Amino acid sequence: MEKELLTDLYEKMLLTRRFEERVVELFKQGMIPGAVHLGIGHEAFSVGAIAPLRKDDYLLISHRGFGHSIAKGIPPGRILAEYMGKATGCSRGLGGAHLADRTVGIAGVSGCQGGNHVIAPGLALASKMKGTDQVTACVFGDGTSNRGTFLEGINLAALWKLPVVFLCENNRYGFSVPIRRAMVNEDIADRAPSLGLPGVVVDGNDVIAVYEATDKAVERARSGEGPTLIEGKTYRWRGHTEWDPGTAYRDPQEVEEWKGKCPIKRMQRRLLEEKFIDSEGIEAMEREVTRQVEEAVQFAMNSKAPRPEDLESHIVYYDI
Amino acid sequence: MRTITFREAIREALIEEMEADSRVFIMGEDIGVYGGARGVTRGLVEKFGEERVRDTPLSETAIIGGGMGAALAGMRPVCELMLMGFTAVCFDEIQNLAGKWPFIHGEPQFKVPMVIRGPFGAGPGGVEPHAQCPEAFFMHCPGLIVVLPSTPHDAKGLLKTAIRDEHTVLFFEHERLYGTEGPVPEGTYALPFGKAEIRRKGKDVTVVATAYMVFQALTAAQGLAEKGIDLEVIDPRTLVPLDEETILESIHKTGRLIIVHEAYERGGSGAEIAAMVCEKGFHDLRAPILRLGAPNYPIPYSPALKKHYFPGAEGIESAVQKLLKD
Repeated sequence: MEKELLTDLYEKMLLTRRFEERVVELFKQGMIPGAVHLGIGHEAFSVGAIAPLRKDDYLLISHRGFGHSIAKGIPPGRILAEYMGKATGCSRGLGGAHLADRTVGIAGVSGCQGGNHVIAPGLALASKMKGTDQVTACVFGDGTSNRGTFLEGINLAALWKLPVVFLCENNRYGFSVPIRRAMVNEDIADRAPSLGLPGVVVDGNDVIAVYEATDKAVERARSGEGPTLIEGKTYRWRGHTEWDPGTAYRDPQEVEEWKGKCPIKRMQRRLLEEKFIDSEGIEAMEREVTRQVEEAVQFAMNSKAPRPEDLESHIVYYDI
Repeated sequence: MRTITFREAIREALIEEMEADSRVFIMGEDIGVYGGARGVTRGLVEKFGEERVRDTPLSETAIIGGGMGAALAGMRPVCELMLMGFTAVCFDEIQNLAGKWPFIHGEPQFKVPMVIRGPFGAGPGGVEPHAQCPEAFFMHCPGLIVVLPSTPHDAKGLLKTAIRDEHTVLFFEHERLYGTEGPVPEGTYALPFGKAEIRRKGKDVTVVATAYMVFQALTAAQGLAEKGIDLEVIDPRTLVPLDEETILESIHKTGRLIIVHEAYERGGSGAEIAAMVCEKGFHDLRAPILRLGAPNYPIPYSPALKKHYFPGAEGIESAVQKLLKD
């Protein structure tokens, strides 16, 4: 793979990590009123699986969607402003975790888990009927793989050969319940062939592997060959939300082991080995990412809260 | 004017809108070669092809979720549910997703112009949950339009408006109305939402009735006319939006209101209409408001039981007489 692509993937992962670390602080300071679900530890998947998409491809993300939103192109400041309930938020402070931005193809977040599975084939059907070559990507976790919509949505996409890429971020826990207590399958991707689409398992902490698998699936979808399910095995370092310390149901040693598999450090080693970047370059990138995060924080902090009169133009649709 | 059936009127609306707008397509179970469980889409797959008349697997959440996704991406899907009672299976997709999506993602980024249509109510053999009338559930949900046509004329005109509207529309077609005939003009027309029709003018008691109950009310009105009692029968046609003005004006004249629907009485559309009248027309009332609905237990299968279960013309007549006596 090319140097530019690899360094770009690394920078996006780093930005996501530093952004989410900053979110932890802001949450502790009481700046974020709603639930915060962090994907620290997931960056290889949230960046690697989104990077192959075009700006006009559709993306449905989950509640743990900071990384994917940043990777798809919502400005971090607007993401943070949304979580802080500001008028400048990407969903105008009306949705919180419901991040969306039509200009970069992010079509939203289903509140009840599993809604994305059935909306995705619809977005893809529209692209197919209109004759565009847009692809729809649908992100969900291991827990959501047990919703009935998983079957209905994926079956429909396979049946109609719709351009969808189902992206399963398997972090081994549905909130507190480990995957072995939620399903018999070792691999969620195993469910795909029975529905008539390829299921691919990748190391979800290896951004290159995730990128390559997704890129292939996106091209397959774009060329009209139908959907693919990609399962990335990863691990969430923090609790389910920031209200959950994540300790009641996990062995601390397990968490430490996974921290040892940090996707960002892994990529950094690779870049240094390949001499795509030197330690000065790494430091410069760190400074740049920190600058971007601080810029986002300043933007969100300085943004105004929506006023009730701002709501008027949004509720016209509901005035029926 | 020519006369066509309710079923044909709906089909005509679909054909006209599909011809006029390439974004319009229909999907649902058995709507292709079979022509839909109630025969509404008969002949459409031959006319428009499988791309725009899509038979789906038995997957209600994927039909509605899929319709919603297509609507978000600029299409105008009309989703047929084999029975509107099946909305229970895809309630999340309808009320949490389609209804709320535009708001929670910063409207007006994402509107959901989708029609969900299908049969509801009890035919002679109707049984739970197939025969139920779930319209009131959707009146409670932000962002959804609720349409209950009672005549072929209204079914056609309102469905055309529904397909052109930017909201998700729940379009309820009563089982007993598909075969009924009525005058429908040849040319194209659309009817506005939120405009009630006064089916019979009268001065003594206002009856607000929906769908099949409109005809029960009209039958009752005939019987009562012989006794010198003059009913005004109002068909709201759409429950969301509701034509409050027509109802309030009528009550200003009659001072008495009975609301009749086939749905269970408790928490039904009648409760909302009664509350609205109490808030806005209280001083015009000369008697308590009465609601007539199905009892608050499930619909029995046996026709022998069913005929006592639903409100009908006789029940409306005795309710009116009781109201006037008190």
